[in-house]
Amino acid sequence: MAEIKAPAFKDTAEQSAKLQEVIAKFKGTEGALIPVLHEAQSIYGYLPYEVQKAISEGLDVPMAEIYGVVSFYTQFSIYPKGTYNVAVCLGTACYVKGSGDIIDKIKEKLGIEVGQCTDDGRFSLEATRCIGACGLAPVLTVNDDVYGRLTVDDVDDILSKYMD
Amino acid sequence: MELARGHVLVCGGTGCTSSGSAKIIEEFENCLKDKGLENEIKVVQTGCFGLCALGPIVIVYPEGAFYSMVKPEDVSEIVEEHLLKGRIVKRLLYQETVVDEDNVKSLNEVDFYKKQQRIALVNCGVINPESIDEYIAFGGYTALGKVLTEMKPQEVIDEIKESGLRGRGGGGFPTGLKWQFTANSQGDKKYVACNADEGDPGAFMDRSILEGDPHSLIEAMAIAAYAVGADQGYVYIRAEYPIAVNRLRIAIDQAKEYGLLGENIFESGFNFDLDIRLGAGAFVCGEETALMTSIEGHRGEPRPRPPFPAVKGLFGKPTLLNNVETYANITAIINNGAEWFKQIGTEKSKGTKVFAVGGKIKNTGLVEIPMGTTLREIVYEIGGGIPGGKKFKAAQTGGPSGGCIPADLIDTPIDYDSLISIGSMMGSGGLIVMDEDTCMVDIAKFFLEFTVDESCGKCAPCRIGTKRLLEILEKITSGKGTLEDIDKLEELCYSIKNAALCGLGQTAPNPILSTLRYFRDEYIAHVVDKKCPAGVCKALLSYVIDPDKCKGCSLCAKKCPVGAIEGVVKNPFTIDTNKCIKCGVCMESCKFGAISKK
Repeated sequence: MAEIKAPAFKDTAEQSAKLQEVIAKFKGTEGALIPVLHEAQSIYGYLPYEVQKAISEGLDVPMAEIYGVVSFYTQFSIYPKGTYNVAVCLGTACYVKGSGDIIDKIKEKLGIEVGQCTDDGRFSLEATRCIGACGLAPVLTVNDDVYGRLTVDDVDDILSKYMD
Repeated sequence: MELARGHVLVCGGTGCTSSGSAKIIEEFENCLKDKGLENEIKVVQTGCFGLCALGPIVIVYPEGAFYSMVKPEDVSEIVEEHLLKGRIVKRLLYQETVVDEDNVKSLNEVDFYKKQQRIALVNCGVINPESIDEYIAFGGYTALGKVLTEMKPQEVIDEIKESGLRGRGGGGFPTGLKWQFTANSQGDKKYVACNADEGDPGAFMDRSILEGDPHSLIEAMAIAAYAVGADQGYVYIRAEYPIAVNRLRIAIDQAKEYGLLGENIFESGFNFDLDIRLGAGAFVCGEETALMTSIEGHRGEPRPRPPFPAVKGLFGKPTLLNNVETYANITAIINNGAEWFKQIGTEKSKGTKVFAVGGKIKNTGLVEIPMGTTLREIVYEIGGGIPGGKKFKAAQTGGPSGGCIPADLIDTPIDYDSLISIGSMMGSGGLIVMDEDTCMVDIAKFFLEFTVDESCGKCAPCRIGTKRLLEILEKITSGKGTLEDIDKLEELCYSIKNAALCGLGQTAPNPILSTLRYFRDEYIAHVVDKKCPAGVCKALLSYVIDPDKCKGCSLCAKKCPVGAIEGVVKNPFTIDTNKCIKCGVCMESCKFGAISKK
């Protein structure tokens, strides 16, 4: 994967209090690591070194094991995402209906590859597995907005909604 | 409970939610309030109706009027005309349901639903999944009551064995036997688990059951726990399915509140608790040993079997693991008896199967059919055929582990064994239809990209082997392949099948083997003629201008980003294939359809 420039980690008191709360809730539960990582990611948006370190100390799990789990699962990211995360479904139903062309067009338009973030931090691009909206194939999502039944020509319109 | 004069059922499945059904519900509530009808008409958010292609879907009862592709601005008209004045809004009806001026057909008579038989999906699109009372009103939790008060654990297992139910997650292992093995295992603690990590791209039946009827899963897992002697259950569900996760959480809380989960259920002395564990986006976690490793909080890597989970599963204890759809059949079997269930389906595959039908087909969506229904019935009668008058080329079942069914086998009855015999598999039930514009080599490459990405890396045959397979396929689709490459590809496929550790690796070569079996000519066209017959593989295409159709308007030459098109105005233009970068802009811009790719 291409190298990604990550901004320095910033932490608010509120965020770290929330994280400690989550760690306390799960401490001692069998198989707690993955649920804790999920909640930590929803607090910070991603799982940088500092957050992993805090979880390691809180749950008393070695850093190596935490990084092993974080890097194994695609849902976990150690890089921040853009303000708008564009995710194009590359499930079979969408692929057969041309989502490959759509992702190519977005790459060209934003000048980034899958997994990268634009320099201004506005957009990041992700290729997702099936999101289960196969009836609307091909599908893409921008944060929580879903766009379906797409053609390559729709890409400009959709992206421009998030430009200003 | 208050009785309402009419009900507005709005689909809240992922498909319809994606096409904006939440706004439709809000709009209905507002409009009804404006007209003072909020106490007469009840708006219900349901699970998936199955016909996702036509979403958002709204059904108004008592008439059963089926409105499709409803927009927020249509809602006031439905309220004003239909709900206030009693006149059905014809222009918004699903056209298949319209008989004539004054009559609509019931949904059961529409082609899409006529051949379906709903067991696993029986409540989807009918009840409000967030209401335990509605589930109970439709007979919910009676099976659990019957099992706990009238049956011994072994009687429950015998009933499931007798029914002939086989695992719906892909392998088709007899469910009753699995229950028996777990029950026979000795242990102070046992678990039941549900595999809701629906990773096959293009399959979404488990999600629809969780979204549309979550209590049926809870009830079935409690029955299973009673039968095998477990008191704790886990549902391992994809984090990518937020609506499903949320509804299952609500359902578990409600069941606890009603005493249907927890201690001493139905005063029987039986205890059962259920927890959710979220997946984190790893396809391999659909494999049973990997799934359990993941629930334990580790990297989801599989381990060799035996020992099977029935002997040594979660946290080293005997564990029963079934898929969502398998569980969704349990209450019906208990309520109606194994004899009833056995009458449906074929000799060795009993009951029904849910398929997520997608790809190049008119009615994309979810269908539940008796085993033994032919592919032709699914594609042409239920699915409404291929759009745009194109020709059916193949259907892909079983996702990245499965294979293709070509056009000349379209009359194959769909069951576990017939699919295996033609080199595909049932899988979890994704069924993707492909037409003449789909390149089979490209499809094989697509699935291999998937498995390379998702290989966990634990065993070398899968980690390295699938990568090599993909490289050979890339070589072929970029026009650099040789006949020898095809032989090498095939040989490597068999090596991986024999040597890989888990189901993911062992089945990863299937998409290649199956396309080689039925579409070898397409592979040969790629390596010998350097052509892609379907016109998909970009490196093998060249754009040409038909001199008879070209009017010499010069538009294409102006649009071409690399100046590869030349000619004299009002005379046919030509494309210099050496300069051409195959971007396709010329073809899009030509007003006379003179440019094609070959």
